[in-house]
Amino acid sequence: MRVVWTEVLVIGGGLAGLRTALGVARRGHAVTVLSLIPPKRSHSAAAQGGMQASLGNTLRGAGDNEDVHFEDTVRGSDWGADQQVVRMFVHTAPKAVRELAAWGVPWNRVRAGAHEVVINGARVTLEEPVAAQGLIAARDFGGTKKWRTAFVSDGTGHSMLYTVGDRAIAEGIEVQERVEALALIHDGSRCHGAIVRDLVTGELVAHVAVATCIATGGYGRLYQVTTNAVNSQGIGAAVALDTGVVALGNMEAVQFHPTAIVPAGILVTEGCRGDGGLLRDADGHRFMPDYEPEKKELASRDVVSRRMEEHMRCGKSVKTRHGDHLWLDITLLGPEHIRKRLREVYEICQSFLGIDPTKEWIPVRPAQHYSMGGIRTDPTGHSPHLRGLFACGEAACWDLHGFNRLGGNSVAETVVAGTIVGESIADWCEGEGGAGSVPMGLVREHWAQVKGELEGILGRSGGENATQLMEQMQRVMADHVCVFRSGPVLQLALDELQGLLKRSAQLGVRGTSPGANPELVDAYRVRRMLRLAICVVAGALARTESRGAHFREDFPRRDDRAWLRRTLAFWRGPDDTLPTLDYETLDVTRMELPPGWRGYGGKDHIEHPDTARRAAEVAAIRDGYSAADRHEIQEWLMPYRHLLPPRLRGRNERLDEPFGITS
Amino acid sequence: MPGRRLRLHVLRHNPQDPASVPRVETFELTESDGMTLFVALNEIRATLDPSLQFDFVCRAGICGSCGMLVDGRPRLACRTLTRDLGPDITLAPLPVFELIGDLSVNTGKWMRAMAERLETWVHAVDPVDCDRIEQRMDPDRAEQIYELDRCIECGCCVAGCGTARMRPDFVGAVGVNKIARFRLDPRDQRTDTDHYLLIGTDDGVFGCMTLLGCEDVCPKGLPLATQLAFIRRRMAVTALRGPASTS
Repeated sequence: MRVVWTEVLVIGGGLAGLRTALGVARRGHAVTVLSLIPPKRSHSAAAQGGMQASLGNTLRGAGDNEDVHFEDTVRGSDWGADQQVVRMFVHTAPKAVRELAAWGVPWNRVRAGAHEVVINGARVTLEEPVAAQGLIAARDFGGTKKWRTAFVSDGTGHSMLYTVGDRAIAEGIEVQERVEALALIHDGSRCHGAIVRDLVTGELVAHVAVATCIATGGYGRLYQVTTNAVNSQGIGAAVALDTGVVALGNMEAVQFHPTAIVPAGILVTEGCRGDGGLLRDADGHRFMPDYEPEKKELASRDVVSRRMEEHMRCGKSVKTRHGDHLWLDITLLGPEHIRKRLREVYEICQSFLGIDPTKEWIPVRPAQHYSMGGIRTDPTGHSPHLRGLFACGEAACWDLHGFNRLGGNSVAETVVAGTIVGESIADWCEGEGGAGSVPMGLVREHWAQVKGELEGILGRSGGENATQLMEQMQRVMADHVCVFRSGPVLQLALDELQGLLKRSAQLGVRGTSPGANPELVDAYRVRRMLRLAICVVAGALARTESRGAHFREDFPRRDDRAWLRRTLAFWRGPDDTLPTLDYETLDVTRMELPPGWRGYGGKDHIEHPDTARRAAEVAAIRDGYSAADRHEIQEWLMPYRHLLPPRLRGRNERLDEPFGITS
Repeated sequence: MPGRRLRLHVLRHNPQDPASVPRVETFELTESDGMTLFVALNEIRATLDPSLQFDFVCRAGICGSCGMLVDGRPRLACRTLTRDLGPDITLAPLPVFELIGDLSVNTGKWMRAMAERLETWVHAVDPVDCDRIEQRMDPDRAEQIYELDRCIECGCCVAGCGTARMRPDFVGAVGVNKIARFRLDPRDQRTDTDHYLLIGTDDGVFGCMTLLGCEDVCPKGLPLATQLAFIRRRMAVTALRGPASTS
């Protein structure tokens, strides 16, 4: 057993992991990043459309600030989010986008004067103010009141990842590529690092650390059709779940993006609709205004996806041998706009569909896109169940997105959470965490356990086939745990997945070639993924309401009275085939924005008994302090700044909120 | 209508296995509608040979993981449709890079070394106060930077480069393009003298023989030939003016 010692171990080399590592290193701590692949190849690069931050530089963004971003995000979450976390996030996002600007991201900039855009299907001329010339621009995105999404053409994630990746190289951050964490070293209350497999040599190494942070992204590959990269398999979350003590939060909250191309499932950005693109049916009819007169194509993703599926059920889909689809029409944006601002979309259409999106409509339908659920942490990214374990980004549930994430809030979350969690890890290393000692017997025990698991698989030449189990799991999830859900179908899915999990105990491989052994990789991953899939379904079956992306046909209303609660899934025993579910109540009496209608989607939710009283309290505070500035009022309603690292607590300057010369 | 029968001839070798020798193995499969090499290779691994090594991540032409030689030419496999190829397809790992196994090569190690050597990041001395309104930038300049920032470090340009075959330390078009990108960036305070010290050698921009294979094979269509010529001219001028020149 080889043992490697490091102070902080960050598992995952995407934007969240790299930004966390930078923060830790800047506080003077040693950090090692583990990554399945070269970090710049991470799925963060696939974020196309942009990053939300309330800079308010553009004409259509004027008047934007943290308060507006806060309300949009909470409404988007269908009141499932932790409102203090949302506040921390919207407050830090402008700082994060500006830090990235200083580091080198070539954000699109405001050009003063008249320019033509497409809004609601018509060409409109906007006059950008001279004062904003050269500041960071923004485009429109779904579920937002303002144009708030900062962007770099439609390669935003790519530019962000390369900038942060190169920043990590500049600051000498050690990254180990092509390694995979398979278990956490822990004693049930404290985490001491991870058991890690080298994906080239096959060696199993024990990484011992004071703090361990999981930033491995989402679990989209539980589904057959997903926009996610092939390595978005949720193994980081599964490794946390396997401890038996760490909870995964809201695993049933899975986002389906409205516009994945058919049949490949590759994403075309929400920026298409943000910039004025329309959804059309088999007759060429623009159908979204019929369902969502307020926000039309730019309602939140859960709502648009649901409306699309609903419209297809009405027989309005285009039928092909690849399955049914609808159309995304961006031809009205014009070739220049598409080649400049939507060039990835242009390339994807050319390469994978053989069509020219400046002239032809794009075949699309909803596909799995984002995992709102993940490792449950507190607002500083620390697991309340296993000290020394942190998580951030899509792998985590701290819980910014509740039951639906707004477009543009995910890449923003990666860098914001990385910034906050990096500080919190450093605090831990300098305080309580730095004081402990590592029992080497425990390290050896976990190493031997993983070693035994892998040898078991390698020793069963006639066992179950991982590829087949994976395909069956992905089909079950796609067929039964998708945009529309119902009790009996979920139960069916749960039974099937439990059967697959039992079979996975007998996984074997056909070849035992030394080194990488991709077959072995599939085998140990599918077992872990099946547990995640079962957590998704068990959570969805238990949640007898509809909230955000979780829609139950047998319980179509949002039920605040019974379900203003966050699901926690634990996997208590290694031989269990079901998670143990528990719930955390979201306290209405402390909410800055009490539950109500989102401004789009269904209007008939069941109210929580405390909502009216809290709404009255909030209104009274707003009325009573109408002379105070918005920051003070906010502080009265729901304090959050104490949760932020001190250096992030300062206010954000804007054109309409200048600091003055000396501040 | 049944699809064509395809024969994929794959150059294979597993350096981790002392018994492995480099060899070509042929896999036969039926072409499906809209099949890409991503689909074909995964089908081979699932049904014919589970040990076959290759790298895919985004499978959408964005991440740059799947560069390989397709019928001798460096390409992104995920974006290559089999219908654009004949029934016999040869696949080999990208040359120049360290072989991990079969079609998988270590571009990550090469690119990190390049980044460390050329210091591919903004060099700025002033600390930035992120609470305050950001520095302004000319909108056109931002778009010009993005044009070069689109590089996905797939390694196709290096694999398609004559100089890279002869000079193991050649920075490649990818490296020269990075210098061009940071040279354009007003936030980077380095001068042409600094750039000259990084690439003013035969392992840098002067090693380029202008064969232009790099631009021919770049899957992102980056203007690599123009950038190479431009940077070479700038570096020559810098050399002639002497090290004090800061353009």
